[in-house]
Amino acid sequence: MFAYGFMRNAFLASTFIAITCGAVGVYVVARNFSFLAHTLSEIGFAGAAFAVWLGIAPLWGMLIFTLLGSISVGELSMHSDQKESAISAISALFIGLGVLFLAISGANSNYATNILFGSIIGVDKQGVIHLVVLSIIVLLLIFAIQRPLNFDSFDHIGALAHGVKSGLVGVIFLIALAMSVSIGAQIVGSLLVFILLTLPPATACYIGRTIPTMIAWSVFFALIGVWAGLYLGFITNLPVTFFIAVIEVAIYLITYFVHVVRHNL
Amino acid sequence: MEDILEVKDLAMRFDKKTVFKNVNFKLKKGSMTALLGPNGTGKTTLINILMKLLVPSNGSFKFSADVSLGYVPQFRNIDAEYPLSIEAFVGLNAPVIKTDKTKRAIKRQLEETHLLGIKDTRMGEASGGQKQRAYLAQALLDNPDMIILDEATASLDPTAKEELMGLIKHLNQKHKITVLFVTHDVPLAKKYMKDYLYLNHGTIQQGKMDEFKGDYE
Ligand SMILES: Nc1ncnc2c1ncn2[C@@H]1O[C@H](COP(=O)(O)OP(=O)(O)OP(=O)(O)O)[C@@H](O)[C@H]1O
Ligand SMILES: [Mg+2]
Repeated sequence: MFAYGFMRNAFLASTFIAITCGAVGVYVVARNFSFLAHTLSEIGFAGAAFAVWLGIAPLWGMLIFTLLGSISVGELSMHSDQKESAISAISALFIGLGVLFLAISGANSNYATNILFGSIIGVDKQGVIHLVVLSIIVLLLIFAIQRPLNFDSFDHIGALAHGVKSGLVGVIFLIALAMSVSIGAQIVGSLLVFILLTLPPATACYIGRTIPTMIAWSVFFALIGVWAGLYLGFITNLPVTFFIAVIEVAIYLITYFVHVVRHNL
Repeated sequence: MEDILEVKDLAMRFDKKTVFKNVNFKLKKGSMTALLGPNGTGKTTLINILMKLLVPSNGSFKFSADVSLGYVPQFRNIDAEYPLSIEAFVGLNAPVIKTDKTKRAIKRQLEETHLLGIKDTRMGEASGGQKQRAYLAQALLDNPDMIILDEATASLDPTAKEELMGLIKHLNQKHKITVLFVTHDVPLAKKYMKDYLYLNHGTIQQGKMDEFKGDYE
């Protein structure tokens, strides 16, 4: 399958996507941000549609929208008592905008499908370079704030008690999360990018007992999902995203099941 | 003995509600003080002010120079599914790249708090007493000269209470750590603490624990 240029691009891109989303996802789960990750996917869809309407690459529209979206949603959920309703309202607004932008840009429905469900042939050489660079930026951001991020994500109250600058760490993390959503969506689509940000790390929580081991397992499960998904998509000609979703859900359920059985014996 | 903390005319108001005012007291280095008072009288608020997590409406306080503080808050959100091991949890308060020196420091605190044998147990699966000792171990990583514990024994059974108090007494006697211990448990405070601060009716009183006669019960 590597005889095809588009497959090589897709493979390289999804490898970086899996590493980034797997690592960032551990903090998404630890901070209880799964719902936010989901909302950001939808905001990303609106951003991509906006980019199509402007005539620029969807990635940039997604980046702008998810960055603005994550900061405003993050702020809202910090100050609002009705966190989930506030997030729902924002996501409804953005899906509406996404539909509008697609309609007025006159893009064909194929394009909309690619944005929502992802596409392996959508990433060209240039795109791969962008994805790799952005992934590295995200990983560097996370690495730069690792100590306070670890403390704040896994023991928010303890971190406050020890004078960790929780607010600043939160904002930097939201930026990293927004970027991860934007890059992840390039292969798996905006509708399902939250899978990579939540399922592999949720699975890893059942296995790892330290943050490095959890990150390692999470990245590992994300890699298995995208690699196997790409391969199966290639040989069956069915959507890659379908396989990724099924594989990640299966790994999660099996791990959960083993965990439950072990604890009730 | 010299003072480790001096509090002057401290007052705290939320909107229109005055929690306390005219709060004045001093704590000596190496002292063991219980901070007593009914629910809602502002014990946690006072401590949050001392930890600079809240700004008082009035007054000031001063710790002696170069003092390092350890704080174990009243509530934590550690649920049954919490994944980190006790050792990893304690180590959250240490650099990510663990040098031999940090590893030794973590090990020493786990030993001190009797957690070394169960260091790989998940925090979510640890008992209430083990969790409290892990919170303490995490705070001890900073090598504090003074430690503030907010209702650390509130949810513990008698055995776990005695174990934690024994530990705190040891820290005070062996390592000369000044202790400020918030509690409702007057008998426990009488057994382990030497002095008291009593927060009620909007202000504070100070004295020897033996002589404590609050209008509590
Ligand atoms: N952020 C806040 N905004 C408004 N009121 C507050 C705030 N924090 C505390 N209070 C009020 O201040 C009072 C003191 O609260 P505090 O938590 O300090 O009491 P406490 O003595 O620690 O009680 P407990 O024994 O239940 O822990 C309470 O009446 C509380 O409702
Ligand atoms: Mg309190």
